Amino acid sequence: MDFLFYMGDVFTPINFGLLLLGTVGGLILGATPGLSPTMAVALLIPFTFKLEPQQGLILLGAAYTSTVAGGAVSAILLKIPGAPANIATTLDGHAMATKGEGAKALQLSFLASAVGGLFGVFLLIFLTPVLARWALAFGPSHLFWLAILGVTVIGTLDSSSVVKGLLSGCIGLWLATIGFDDIMGAQRFIFHPAVSGGINVIPALIGLFAIPQVITMLTKGRTGSNAEIITVKRHPIRLAFLEVIRRKTALIIGTITGSIIGLIPGVGGQIAGLVAYDQSKKFSKESEKFGTGHSEGVIAAESANNAMVGPSLVPLLTLSIPGSPTAAVLLGGLLIHGIFPGPDLFMNYPQVAWTFIDSMLIGQILMCVFGLFIAGLAARVARVPHAVMAAIVLGLAVFGSYSVQNSMGDVYVMASLGLGMYFLERFGFSAAPLVLGLILGPIAEANFIQGSMIANATVGTGTYFFTGWLNWALIGIVLVSVSYSIWMEIAQRRYTTKEEAVAKEEAVS
Amino acid sequence: MKKWIAGAALAVAAMTGSVHAEGHGDYPERPIMMMVSYGAGGATDFQARIVTMTAGNEDALGMPVAIVNRPGAGGRVGWNWFATEADNDGYTLGAYNIPHFIAQSIEGGVSYSTDDFEPIANWGADPAVFVVGADSEFNSMADVIDYAKANPGGLTFSGAGLFVGHHIAALQLEKAAEVELAYIPNNAGGAGAMRAVIAGEVLGGVNNLSDAFRAQAAGNVKILGVFDLERNDFLPEVPTMMEQGYDIDNASVNFRGIMVPKGTPQEVIDHLAAVVPTMFENGRVQSRMEAGGSPMHVMTRDEVLDMWAARQETLEELLADL
Repeated sequence: MDFLFYMGDVFTPINFGLLLLGTVGGLILGATPGLSPTMAVALLIPFTFKLEPQQGLILLGAAYTSTVAGGAVSAILLKIPGAPANIATTLDGHAMATKGEGAKALQLSFLASAVGGLFGVFLLIFLTPVLARWALAFGPSHLFWLAILGVTVIGTLDSSSVVKGLLSGCIGLWLATIGFDDIMGAQRFIFHPAVSGGINVIPALIGLFAIPQVITMLTKGRTGSNAEIITVKRHPIRLAFLEVIRRKTALIIGTITGSIIGLIPGVGGQIAGLVAYDQSKKFSKESEKFGTGHSEGVIAAESANNAMVGPSLVPLLTLSIPGSPTAAVLLGGLLIHGIFPGPDLFMNYPQVAWTFIDSMLIGQILMCVFGLFIAGLAARVARVPHAVMAAIVLGLAVFGSYSVQNSMGDVYVMASLGLGMYFLERFGFSAAPLVLGLILGPIAEANFIQGSMIANATVGTGTYFFTGWLNWALIGIVLVSVSYSIWMEIAQRRYTTKEEAVAKEEAVS
Repeated sequence: MKKWIAGAALAVAAMTGSVHAEGHGDYPERPIMMMVSYGAGGATDFQARIVTMTAGNEDALGMPVAIVNRPGAGGRVGWNWFATEADNDGYTLGAYNIPHFIAQSIEGGVSYSTDDFEPIANWGADPAVFVVGADSEFNSMADVIDYAKANPGGLTFSGAGLFVGHHIAALQLEKAAEVELAYIPNNAGGAGAMRAVIAGEVLGGVNNLSDAFRAQAAGNVKILGVFDLERNDFLPEVPTMMEQGYDIDNASVNFRGIMVPKGTPQEVIDHLAAVVPTMFENGRVQSRMEAGGSPMHVMTRDEVLDMWAARQETLEELLADL
């Protein structure tokens, strides 16, 4: 119960002030497209130079927690995920917003984030030694199968047809090959210096989601004379609480999936939300409602991406190995203060370590309170006229893409992918599977190559990739996932007429 | 209105003109930017931030240095930009990593080589070390090489990628011990390579001394040898490769320092070359670096020029066999 002992330290005036600053600042940074949690934490590191180690970590931890949750704001209101972690939130969250339930969606997302986040941090507090061994269990072959599992999600994700989902997933996989390859350093498809570093996920994400929105807003702005502004109904917080409790299946699936995926080094929170969304869709009694503004979609996605925060720090704090890009940045922040994370971190620097973890716990609650307050303000954001909104979003998109690597090339990438996506959307393709392909491609490829190099030097490819209980378990889940999708497709076909399919497709585009 | 614009244009012209006329006596008169070709939070980035944190002091440059990250493709994106697009007016500095950029320029496909950059000073030297898991049966390099001789090509060991210091160290070891090894480049850099060793996915690994030192302190790995000419202050008990009978020099040591693009005025280079090493010697910088477990090694411009030339030669020879 060490964490209770150090709880008081969180509430000293300076520490609590920094916690508030980190939380509010994080929510704002998170809501800005392009400022991912990794970026936000990296931006804050120079500020921690002047602070005590403990205070610096409080600021960084609070910012990490709340940027992940803050990304939901733009995902829901604008259909632009603030970071890869929030992609799944756009699917149902934005659909809810267009139905006028923006405030409700935001309330649900922050409540679910808090539940998932608290669970994740408690896992970090109580199960760290056990989890550390788990984090090491995933070698190249397992990560490869995990990426394949992610690919099986592509087909069923937010698309009127499986074929179109798979096609846009393939476009994403192709985009992922551009640049110097991760392992061999070979050059692939570098037709312009802007893409020599590969397609960065953040500018791609902004372009694919934001630009089609901007174009659509501009085309509608004139004709409708601002008639199509999203209205936001007031939604009492009490009802949001009840809704979250009622949708406990989605909440539980989201939290558990997020915790497990957060633990696996190298995969990180980018796909936690999407996998949780897919799983809860498959388990839900109302799976046909997913994608049309169903509250379970938001709850599953947001509880998952915040549940991943706590476990993603396990490998860092116990083994000194950063499991995610954000954890790598946090490691830099620790080292600057001369603190080496490792198994004896809690022995050597108990005050720093436990205050850090406690502040993440309190940070989750603060984040939820401020988030619910923001949800009340959502109405004002949505009342902005289309033309103005389009200009603001376009400005943010350019700023966000540029700021990732201070590179104009990323802005070009963002603009051209966005323009292409606008036309693809007209034909019923959607952005989410494309981004998923872009994220999973490098994971699958690098781990396959690494795995086969190890395999060739030792036991042989077949044995390496197809034996061991973890490989079998992952292959099993892949097979179940694929056959379930096929079965669903066949079952649905029997009842879906051509007119319905066309209508659904038009609704999407 | 037109008059006003013309006036403004004249004023601007006069201002820029006067700067040129005065030469570079007042350099620097505005904040300086430093490009780091790796992501924020990485070892190069955080060391760069520490060594430049006193730049604003009166006895140093008198102007702050702002770090700008341009990561991608193992540093290639940043260095390509630095060689082709960066301003050579002295207000754009860059961080270099040796042997990375030299090895990449020999490999090809990039638009830079040592001729495109002018070194200013070196701040750090992080040697590569050979690590094995804490419960490994290997206790010396001899054990490792014996295993490799019994299983040609079967000794798997990880490193941060191809054409980086770790890869150079691996090639040197293969050559010096006359064995065939299975070097597994990791896509997640040094941290990923270290994870593979701790998790037992590979039998050993080449890694940064600073990271290995932490991992050993945490009880996760054993360090069997240092790829450097002398033992390191952080690890006085670990022998060098040379001491263990393998003819390996310091070609794989990861040197980090500051450079400017070719074409930067000579006065600016001279000014920086004189001031920057004293900035690195600052007590606050030294203590921060030591606290972070980062070995420092301050070298002047002339020493770095010699080091670059020597590396170029060694690496060309080593990589020619690939």
